[in-house]
Amino acid sequence: MSISDLRRRRTRSAAPQAVGGNGLLDRRALLGRGVVFAGAMGTGAVGSLTGAAAEPLRDAPLTDAPWSQEPGATIGPYERPSRFEKDVVRTLSNPSGQPSASVARTPHHLVNGAITPNGLHFVVVYGGVPDIDPGKHRLVVHGLVKRPLVFTLEALTRYPMVTRVTFLECGGNSAQLFSPQPLQANLQVLHGMASCAEWTGVKLSTLLEETGIDPKARWFIAEGADAPHLTRSVPLKKALDDAMIALYQNGERLMPANGYPIRLLLPGYEGNMNVKYLRRIKLVEEPAMSFWESKTYAQILPNGKAYQFYLLQEVKSFITQPSPGLTLKEPGLYEISGIAYSGAGRISKVMVSADGGRSWAEAALQEPVLSKAFARFRMPWRWDGGAAILQSRAWDEAGNVQPTRSEFVAKRGELKAVPPVAAFPNQHFNAITSWAVDSAGAVKHVYA
Amino acid sequence: MSTRSMVISTVSLALFTASAAFAEAPNLGKPVDPADIAAWDISIQPDGTGLPPGAGTSANGARIYAEKCSQCHGPDGKGGVAGVTAAPLIGGGPITDISAAMKTIANFWPYAPTLFDYIRRAMPWQQPMTLANDEVYALTAYILVQNKLIGENDTINAQTLPKVEMPNRDGFIVRFPDAM
Repeated sequence: MSISDLRRRRTRSAAPQAVGGNGLLDRRALLGRGVVFAGAMGTGAVGSLTGAAAEPLRDAPLTDAPWSQEPGATIGPYERPSRFEKDVVRTLSNPSGQPSASVARTPHHLVNGAITPNGLHFVVVYGGVPDIDPGKHRLVVHGLVKRPLVFTLEALTRYPMVTRVTFLECGGNSAQLFSPQPLQANLQVLHGMASCAEWTGVKLSTLLEETGIDPKARWFIAEGADAPHLTRSVPLKKALDDAMIALYQNGERLMPANGYPIRLLLPGYEGNMNVKYLRRIKLVEEPAMSFWESKTYAQILPNGKAYQFYLLQEVKSFITQPSPGLTLKEPGLYEISGIAYSGAGRISKVMVSADGGRSWAEAALQEPVLSKAFARFRMPWRWDGGAAILQSRAWDEAGNVQPTRSEFVAKRGELKAVPPVAAFPNQHFNAITSWAVDSAGAVKHVYA
Repeated sequence: MSTRSMVISTVSLALFTASAAFAEAPNLGKPVDPADIAAWDISIQPDGTGLPPGAGTSANGARIYAEKCSQCHGPDGKGGVAGVTAAPLIGGGPITDISAAMKTIANFWPYAPTLFDYIRRAMPWQQPMTLANDEVYALTAYILVQNKLIGENDTINAQTLPKVEMPNRDGFIVRFPDAM
């Protein structure tokens, strides 16, 4: 932004304009113009994003705390979050290691930005987390290739690498919203199986240049070195597009539960297809119809048929703040904030409603907005203390729009009975989520 | 499902296959003989390609099931073991709800070789890849018999398994054909 732009902006009216019903304010109020809030509303107990400024601080006068009067601790070799952040953790579906899948969910209501910290990235594993010695790990590429090859991890680290930010989402994320009644759970339970990280690795096409490709090949089978030898079939098109053998996650080696030492990364595709602990890629003519693709990740439709090879995670968004469990303490100015993403490309627009979808206003998108990555959206909102229903709706650059729940259910159906709160009764739910705020400031999950 | 109609860029494939000189790549992949991959190459195609030698019957499978499977999947294969979420292996009526819980081998799985593939690669949960191929065939036969998908005395092997007709073979729709 140029200086003349800034001057122009400064001379503009200071008051943020209402742009939607029930207190939605012009998103430009957010863009580096926090000062606007101080006198924005003229009258009323409004002065900051979080509450009234007129009341004096209760702990005045300010004094030096003990930690300001002595040297702090020594620095550890690998830093952990502050002990006061001990509740910012994943929720675990299977902490005792019963013989079944284990799921860890990201606490989206307690973090911000567009990147998920490695320790909070969601996980689904079907046979525990293997303890793989990277020196003994191998990646075999074979099948319909000209030269079957085996790669050590040391060899892979010497290849040209690429870095990209991309989200991963479990096909079963948000599946509780297939319930005929809105389940009361927080954001972590409802939408916590999506995360976004910066991944660095070797493009799969680089390795396939070396092996050569038999023209008969149309798919590749990826397989992990974990106990269930998880395996998925992927269209070869994806290998020649943006598939990656990922070695690094947010700058450090992959976390064990996210595939250490290497995983397949298929930007925008169903999480389970991003095979972790990758040890084998086999080029084939037809998909293998593995357990995971012919049963687990096939979705029953209302007519009794089922989708198979859904592949894409479609355009989606949800509001992270406020959300269930985050109670609004008093009327005033708040920032509605959330995440939008699409497996088909960049997010082009996010609209927010505070009146259950009767009126909408465009949210600010945090730059840079990256393809197949989380985009953080923000919307200033003046809560007047009355009932409100908050919604977000996303569009992507391919022209796809996030459906309303009723539009979605008309095509994909609804469960006959309310499922257990953390179950995966169906998959690929991407419709609008609605949060109802009551006059006490409590936030509930509703259908609207 | 036919994949013959799936469009793929033959131009880009030709470019890849024609690149004989990998000037820019380190070329650090080591050639590997198919015989040396055999222990890892456990992929099985729905037409039976990849099924190993060996055979089994339901009678043998019942004994192995009782010893190695029933503690999680239940004595009658219907699941329901306390504290364990292992799927039921036997039964399943018509699909009347979109719930994933409706899906069973008998009413949902499109191809029978997937049974052999999954048992061999992932079961028993505590000790995958420890069953002999004959044991895997026997367990496959046992599950198919209990689901009334084959005759009680049928032998299951690499030739017979792909011929087992699964009731839901044609029950699937591809969501985005252009991506394939």
